[in-house]
Formats: sequence, C-alpha cells, structure tokens
Amino acid sequence: MGPLFPLGTIGEEFNMLIGFFIGIGFGFLLEAAGFTNTRKLAGVFYGYDFVVLKVFFSAAITAAIGLYLMNHYGLIEMDAIFYPKTFWIPTLIGGLIMAFGFLIGGFCPGTSICAAVTGKIDAMVFVLGAIIGIFGYAMTYEPLWENLRNSGKMGEVNIADWMGISDGLFILLMTIVAAIMFFAVTRIQSKVTSKRDYQL
Amino acid sequence: MNSYLAGILIGVFMIAAYYFSGEGLGASGALKAVVVTAVNDVNHDYAKEAHFFAKRVANEEQSPIKSWLIFEIIGVIAGAIISAALAGRLKLEIGKGMRITNRSRLIFALIGGILFGVGSQLGRGCTSGMVMSGMGVLSLSGFIGLVAIFGGGYVIAYFFRKLWI
Repeated sequence: MGPLFPLGTIGEEFNMLIGFFIGIGFGFLLEAAGFTNTRKLAGVFYGYDFVVLKVFFSAAITAAIGLYLMNHYGLIEMDAIFYPKTFWIPTLIGGLIMAFGFLIGGFCPGTSICAAVTGKIDAMVFVLGAIIGIFGYAMTYEPLWENLRNSGKMGEVNIADWMGISDGLFILLMTIVAAIMFFAVTRIQSKVTSKRDYQL
Repeated sequence: MNSYLAGILIGVFMIAAYYFSGEGLGASGALKAVVVTAVNDVNHDYAKEAHFFAKRVANEEQSPIKSWLIFEIIGVIAGAIISAALAGRLKLEIGKGMRITNRSRLIFALIGGILFGVGSQLGRGCTSGMVMSGMGVLSLSGFIGLVAIFGGGYVIAYFFRKLWI
C-alpha cells in the first residue's frame, strides 16, 4: 500500500532515486509538449495556441482519477501523502503576482528550467530572476510577508468537501468542464490562427 | 507530442510521485532549496534564527539541498535535455514575440522571473507544485491558484500583448 516512502516501505536513498526517474519523465514530457517555447506558452492568453491548457488539465484530471481509484481500492493511503494546506489570501495574491510573472516573463519555474537547460537564453535569465525573487522574499520575509503568508488559514481543505459534493462527482464535473473547454479552445485556436500567421 | 497524450503521461508520473514518495511534481521548491542552501552555507547563524530559513536548516546532520525535490529537478533537467536532443531542438536562442528586441525580452524575462519567485513563495508553490499537483489531490488551494494565475492572466493579457503578438 502506498505512499511507499512515507509509510516506511522504501528507504530515503531509494526514494530520492525514484524522484530522479520521475523527474526525467516530467522533464521529457514538458519538453516534448513544446513547453520550452515561450510564445507557445503565452499563446494560451491570446488564443493562438492552447497547448498549456490542454496539457495542464489532462494531467490534473488523469492524476485526480488515478488517485481516486487507487484510494477507492485501498492502494494508497491519502492521509499519508503531502496535502497542501489552504491559506486562501496569500494563495490568491501570490497567484496574481505569478500571473504578472507569466505574462511579463513568459515562463513558470518548471518550464523555465526545461527551456534554460535546452539552450533558451531568455529562460536562463528567467531562472536567475526567480532565484533573485526567492532570495529577496527570504530576506524581507519577517517585515513584509510573514503575516500575509499566514493569513486566511483554512487547513487541509478538499474542494469537493468544501462544495458539499462527493469526490467522484467533483472529478466527473471537472472532466466534463475540461472536455467542453478542449472543444471550445480548439475552435478558437483555428479561428485566431486562420486570420494571421503567428509563426511559432 | 500530442498535447493530450503528454498531459495524460504527466498525470501518470504525478500518480507515481504520490504513490512512491507521497509528493506532487514541483519546481519552485527546488529553486527555494538552492537559495536556502546557499544562505545557510554562507551564514548558518543567521539562517537558524531567521523565520524563513529556521525550520529548513534545523537538521544539522543533513544539508537542505538533499531533498526529494532537488533529485526530481535534476531528473527534469536530464529529461528535458534528452527530449530536446532526440528532436534536434538543442540550440542557443532567445524565444520572444516578433515586436520586441532581444534586449527588452531579456529584461522582461528577468522581471517576470523575480515576480514568479516572490509569488511562488507567498502562494506556497508554483504552477506545478501548488496548482497542478494540488488539483490532482482536489486541494482547494490548487483551484484558488488556478483561478488566480490563469484567470488573472486573462484579465491582464491585453496590457502585455506587444510582448507576444
């Protein structure tokens, strides 16, 4: 029964080796999906390329369905995995700051690392910026950020519980919404790109 | 690679990360580990007192660089290079919109990186670790992050259109 490392089935060294191999898969797929191309990433906001949205939602839904089934059949103990605590105020504000970071910088941390190591100079600068940003945040944490970061505390909240529906129903609704969205964005993309050549 | 196939396979790797290690797929956390390690190596006395660093450097036996996320990110780097090499995409270049100069692109990339660095710390993770992996376990936090990053992005996209189209 999983998760294997938190329940003590595998040791720390082996766990890190597993992390390395999982990383290889993640990095390979991000690159293969085109996520090192900054204009492809920005395209999601301008309608000429929705690859980000398609990959993102297919990944989240696949994981949600897989983990739901594994939990249902007793293959994974969900209480033992890392479950993010919700602090809605800093997550909302931090998310908005990241939205600016995305539109101005053209990457997010994961995609910038993949792009930087495959030769994109703008991505190398973005990674440097992210490290500077984290360093600056760390140095000003106590006076500027600490209270804000700990505000809006809600604990480990599952969105289905929060909405008062079952996990299965939520995943079904999320899948239906995503399917409609995939259909809509494919039509939008063909309309936008038929008017102009975006030369990705 | 087909977008849906790539997404489904990333989802499978995310399931594996939760099943084996109890962790989601992250990125900004690894950059944070680099900063924490560097500051701790330069001035350990400061790091063990400062609130941002204290609990991350509390274990004197083990360096904060020896974390699952760092090994995962070393894998990400290897995987991206393998994929780019196989596809013939390994070359030095600057990606940008057609209407801005290389110099402006690099300045904006630096500013965007700084903002993402700050935002990911305040928001407890980035698009990978907080939003995508959070959505995988139906965490409310992941969906708030989704709305803030993508919803916010659509609201402000108009003002930055010259950078991209």
